[in-house]
Amino acid sequence: MTNQPDQTGVRISMWLFLYTEIILFGGLFVLYAVYFYDFSADFVQGGKELDRVIGTLNTVLLLVSSFTVAASITAIRRQTKRLCLLLLASSFLCGLIFLINKYFEWGHKFAHDIYPNSPALTSGPHGRNIFFGLYYVITGLHGLHVIIGMTLLGVSFVLVYQNKITAQRFALLENSGLYWHLVDLIWIFVFPLFYLIL
Amino acid sequence: MATIPSFYETPSPAGQTGIRAWLLTHDHKRLGLMYLWAILFWFVIGITVGFLIRIELMTMGRTIMSAQVYNSAFTLHGVIMVFLVVIPVIPAIFGNFFLPIQLGTDDVFFPRLNLLSWYLYMFGGGLAVVSLFTAGGFPDTGWTFYVPFSIGTKHNVPLTVFAAFILGMSSMLTGLNFITTVHRKRSPTMGWMQIPLFTWSLYATAWVQLLATPVISITLLLVIVERLFSIGLFDPDKGGDPILYQHLFWMYSHPAVYVMILPGMGVISEIIPTFSRKAIFGYKAIVFSSLGIASAGSLVWAHHMFVSGMSDTAVFVFSLLTFLVAIPSAIKVFSWVSTLYKASIEMTPPLLYTLVFIYLFSVGGLTGLVLGAAGPNIHVHDTHFVVAHFHFTILGGTGFAFFAALHYWWPKMFGIMYDFRRAYIAATLATVGFLFHYVPMFIVGLMGMPRRSYDYLPQFSRGNGLAAVGGMLLFSGIILMVVNLLLSFRKKTPATANPWGGCTLEWTVPSPPPLHNFSKEPLIKEYPYDFSDILKNPPKN
Amino acid sequence: MESTEQHLMSYKTLGLVLAALLLLTGVTVGVSYFDMGIFNVVLALGIASTKVSLVLLFFMHLKYEGRAIRFSFIGTICFLAIMIGFTFFDVAFRH
Repeated sequence: MTNQPDQTGVRISMWLFLYTEIILFGGLFVLYAVYFYDFSADFVQGGKELDRVIGTLNTVLLLVSSFTVAASITAIRRQTKRLCLLLLASSFLCGLIFLINKYFEWGHKFAHDIYPNSPALTSGPHGRNIFFGLYYVITGLHGLHVIIGMTLLGVSFVLVYQNKITAQRFALLENSGLYWHLVDLIWIFVFPLFYLIL
Repeated sequence: MATIPSFYETPSPAGQTGIRAWLLTHDHKRLGLMYLWAILFWFVIGITVGFLIRIELMTMGRTIMSAQVYNSAFTLHGVIMVFLVVIPVIPAIFGNFFLPIQLGTDDVFFPRLNLLSWYLYMFGGGLAVVSLFTAGGFPDTGWTFYVPFSIGTKHNVPLTVFAAFILGMSSMLTGLNFITTVHRKRSPTMGWMQIPLFTWSLYATAWVQLLATPVISITLLLVIVERLFSIGLFDPDKGGDPILYQHLFWMYSHPAVYVMILPGMGVISEIIPTFSRKAIFGYKAIVFSSLGIASAGSLVWAHHMFVSGMSDTAVFVFSLLTFLVAIPSAIKVFSWVSTLYKASIEMTPPLLYTLVFIYLFSVGGLTGLVLGAAGPNIHVHDTHFVVAHFHFTILGGTGFAFFAALHYWWPKMFGIMYDFRRAYIAATLATVGFLFHYVPMFIVGLMGMPRRSYDYLPQFSRGNGLAAVGGMLLFSGIILMVVNLLLSFRKKTPATANPWGGCTLEWTVPSPPPLHNFSKEPLIKEYPYDFSDILKNPPKN
Repeated sequence: MESTEQHLMSYKTLGLVLAALLLLTGVTVGVSYFDMGIFNVVLALGIASTKVSLVLLFFMHLKYEGRAIRFSFIGTICFLAIMIGFTFFDVAFRH
């Protein structure tokens, strides 16, 4: 009946939670896989309507933010608290820019009559409607997870600042990092599936 | 003898009083009991709705309700039974109460997350209640919410599916908690092959809860999204494929039936050795068959879809795989029966329910093979044959295992014993009623009576009339069982720590247990079903 | 289960991984400007899988985790593969 917190156990349980998120998005990837098979040509055309530059920029942002959050763990364990805070803030900032990009992307699409159940989509080729339907659902759910991830990073930032996360007790930071990496993992697949299938 | 106070007298966190000692508890035992009362509540509502459906089907045409209400009634019955009763019943009640004790530890890995699971369960149930009264009325889609009807119907679908979504979160978090507990909080000297079979069954179940539930989560979210935004992901007019909904739905809902049955089988694997005073036959076989059922159960979902319009190849593949899943279940039945062979059997209410389980579940499982064979399936799909099959496996299986668990662990949870005679009468009444209620359904199903249909042709009258009589007996038997258990609180016949002579760790602690379960580090036997001590000192009844 | 001294990722290792990820991103974007038919999909998914593996193994520390996490992660991916793959028994063989 030990009182020492079991950091390995906490880490295992975070991975278990990540599995549920992987399967959650997995259901959407089932739909994508089937519909890509059914509507390959329409999907290719749809992909051409998405901005590859913004997509690449967003990919780079998330990759860098994964690096900074992983580095923040090394920083706290080496007891360089200020560096840890700087790295966490960088991850948060990357996430914020990601979301702003997304906002403009979606806005641009809406302005061109490409939104769920728009007449332009429902009267056009079926595959194009499905492509953009999946685009909104998947990037929407992903965006929601970016917001959750940023919240976790923000909470971690505060706890590091208040010395509640330390070189000896950093499970919370580690787990927030794992969640953030998951957000990155999902995007690594979303990016080619929507922007690069050309 | 210095008595350590029981967990009833010692709240955790300390210092809480009254209702707050329960609503804010971290104690897995209190949480188990809180689930017990909540689930019993929903179970009684669920069987009452079922009973009303049965009364409606007693005569042709309208008996007590309109067709529209009938559709909502069978939906309500399904939603309550599947999401609020059968999936959580054994893990949330007995898993929470006994998994830590069987592992020789003081609680689950995340006690507060456990409390959150309970609140999510209650919140989901609350949302389901609210959805009964909102504009549009309770869904009339069946608990399977098939598109396109669930997208188009005027009834209020989003709130109900959102309730199911919340309940799914509760289930996932319980699974996460149990897995972490089994890996990290076992007594230091307890190896994997010394874990009791009930806990093993919960461990296998927890993996299914964890990995399969997210599929229903996204599926239900998609129903809500489609109702709100009409994207058309399942709408053929907009490029969607409604069969994909069925694939996603059953990817969870088939493994869900293994979430329902595996813990029940775990209960049976505990009760049989105890009342045989003999080690379970094939401990390892049962362990591996549990893991096998959990794994193989994820391969067969489309056997619910043979007539949906999917490809013949898929029909062939899923039918073949479905036959494979029967094998690990059969291994368990052989192991249980072999344990009873040449054993010194003591009849008690839990054992009676257990023996009935073995019979009813076997019949249910065998009729599953009829359904799993693609050819016959065409004839019996969506008939009352299916309804009878799943009631044999779910009520005859998990339900009776639940009744067995109640009678087995009641003295441990409450420190009191119930009346045996009334328990036997209730069990007999329920069993006889069960058979007269559901066997006619196999027959009218084979004759062609469709399920989920309000009215029927004259040739099905006799079967339905017989089923109604059976239903009344079944309902009475279950109510009598519940009343008998509740009456034990009036008489308060005290129970000892080990009234049955069980040899898993929960029988080494007082009835009811103290807050931290064990006052000193428990001694872990080399083999969990070693009855040598019990045989030397059998319990005096 | 293991020693209290958990493996620490050096900045150098993390930086190298990031460099590899950015490089792979460049490759996958560059390749997308050339039409190679179905091979575009194969290559894009292949590179994505490599990037995901790098994030998992190094940023998420999976390379240094115990059996419980490694086996369960593989199990999860297997379930995902079955979810997609078995659905294709239906979708790919319709008339």
